[in-house]
Amino acid sequence: MVVRDNTIPAVAPRLGEKKRRAFGEVPGLRTLAFCFLAFLYLPIGVLVAYSFNDGNIVMVWTGFSTDWYVKVFGNADIRKAALNSVIVAVSATAIATTCATLAALALARGGAFRGKGATLGIITLPLMVPEIVTAVATLVFFSSIGLNLGLGNVIIAHTTFCIPFAFMPIRARLEGMDTTLEQASRDLYASDWETFRLVTLPLLMPGVLAGAMLSFVISMDDFIITLMVAGAGDTTLPVYIYSMIRQGITPEVNAVSSILLLFSIVMVTAYWFTTRQKPGPNAH
Amino acid sequence: MANLPENAALRRTLALGPALAIIGIFMLIPVIIMASYSFLEAKSFGGVNWVFSGDAYVQLFYERMLDDSLRLSPGYLIIIGRSVALALVAMVCCLLVGFPVAWFIARQPLRQRNMWILLITIPFWTNQLVRTFAWIIILGRNGVIEVPFRWTGLLAPEQTLGLMYSNFAITVGLTYTFIPLMVLPIYASLEKLDFSLVEAGADLYSSRWETFSNIIIPLSKPGIIAGCLLVFIPSLGAFIQPDLLGGGKNLMLGTLVQFQFSTARNWPFGSAIAMILLAFVVVFLMLYARASRGSKSLEVH
Repeated sequence: MVVRDNTIPAVAPRLGEKKRRAFGEVPGLRTLAFCFLAFLYLPIGVLVAYSFNDGNIVMVWTGFSTDWYVKVFGNADIRKAALNSVIVAVSATAIATTCATLAALALARGGAFRGKGATLGIITLPLMVPEIVTAVATLVFFSSIGLNLGLGNVIIAHTTFCIPFAFMPIRARLEGMDTTLEQASRDLYASDWETFRLVTLPLLMPGVLAGAMLSFVISMDDFIITLMVAGAGDTTLPVYIYSMIRQGITPEVNAVSSILLLFSIVMVTAYWFTTRQKPGPNAH
Repeated sequence: MANLPENAALRRTLALGPALAIIGIFMLIPVIIMASYSFLEAKSFGGVNWVFSGDAYVQLFYERMLDDSLRLSPGYLIIIGRSVALALVAMVCCLLVGFPVAWFIARQPLRQRNMWILLITIPFWTNQLVRTFAWIIILGRNGVIEVPFRWTGLLAPEQTLGLMYSNFAITVGLTYTFIPLMVLPIYASLEKLDFSLVEAGADLYSSRWETFSNIIIPLSKPGIIAGCLLVFIPSLGAFIQPDLLGGGKNLMLGTLVQFQFSTARNWPFGSAIAMILLAFVVVFLMLYARASRGSKSLEVH
């Protein structure tokens, strides 16, 4: 890959020619970009700021206080919902990442076979079907076969839509990976299993980790599918927050929302640095 | 031990098995069951009778009168129309803001480019419900926007700007939620764009507008099309934004489906609406496949 510096268009003003502004530098573009950033972050800022409101009503500021956070941590229902969220996310991530890793290996290293396109289509299907459709289809399915495993139902639904999210970074990693090391390992009489365990898997690990983090975040954030599928005792944190919003907005909603936001931001930033910082094994 | 071909095939099947089985059983089959539910008779409190009936689809267009005659009823068509219209408006808003922003980022030095992309990615992966809820605090009665109007006395205590529970609020919510999905693909295609072509255009005395419409737009077309699709499809089936910001009156397809399953308990009708939503998605994905083939052939020339 040739690294090209296209930051400054080299349009030098020539003699006798009216000085032209470089094309890329449309006036006001920088301002617009920063306004856009403000648009993205101000709502989050407002949400967090009001979580420190002393009063009962979110929109009427009466003073600074961290009481709502104390209240959130003391709320047994919130703790239970958060625990459910973590149980679901950990289980779904573990199953989805395992399945996705196997599938990605088979697709990237299994050679050409009939139905490869269709296989890829099925694996990425959950990305294409609108969430609300997935939600009601899963509800209809569980009720028609009479499957009632409580939190198990939620875990099944989450695993399904997490698979493509885990699959994508793993597959991208595999495709960017050089096969020469694997070939060298086979040439040195390592068995297939040894090659996989000692060469392929360690090289693939950043992709697996990225896939796992992505599906964990996706599972923790899911709302609509859980809303439709979960029974009364199996609410996750987003579903609980939704019911709080429905009952009337107090800064307690802001406080628990802020905690969830902070969690996602940390996860996404970690994901970013896992996938970006280290150059791939074949980038010499 | 050398790999026997049938051994490799067996291993491949075993490795693909779990992922395909999970998605096949818990996604593909449920959608097929839902499709068949849309052609069945509704039971009064949820569930279905296994009797064929086209009622769910008839109900979309007609109202059944007491004497069993049908009368054209626009109610649900209005909801479909509103969903398409709001998704389109959100898509256009995202494009109008997203394109210049993507352009700006693509012109930054590499380090800063990555920083910008991270900053745009972060909100996208944070909880959608929570981010939409934040807009209630901004647009709502006594919200952040109304506060200065109240202080200056322009808005009497009993008055409200009425920003919440409107199509406007839904559009803001959709734009806010999905705009990263517009910026990122456009950025990806602008980043690859060969700026010497832009300069060549400028050197050959094409006007700014000509350079933009004849060079930049065609070259970034794949990104623009992908971005439009990525914003339009989730907007069309959105639930959270119309539910929290639109209130009870401004239903969209997503909220209508949820309502049919949770409150009205008319499963065949809910399934029929979900099928219509799915049909929209399939049509747009097919249009996308055609359009991206078109732009590929453009690159060849």
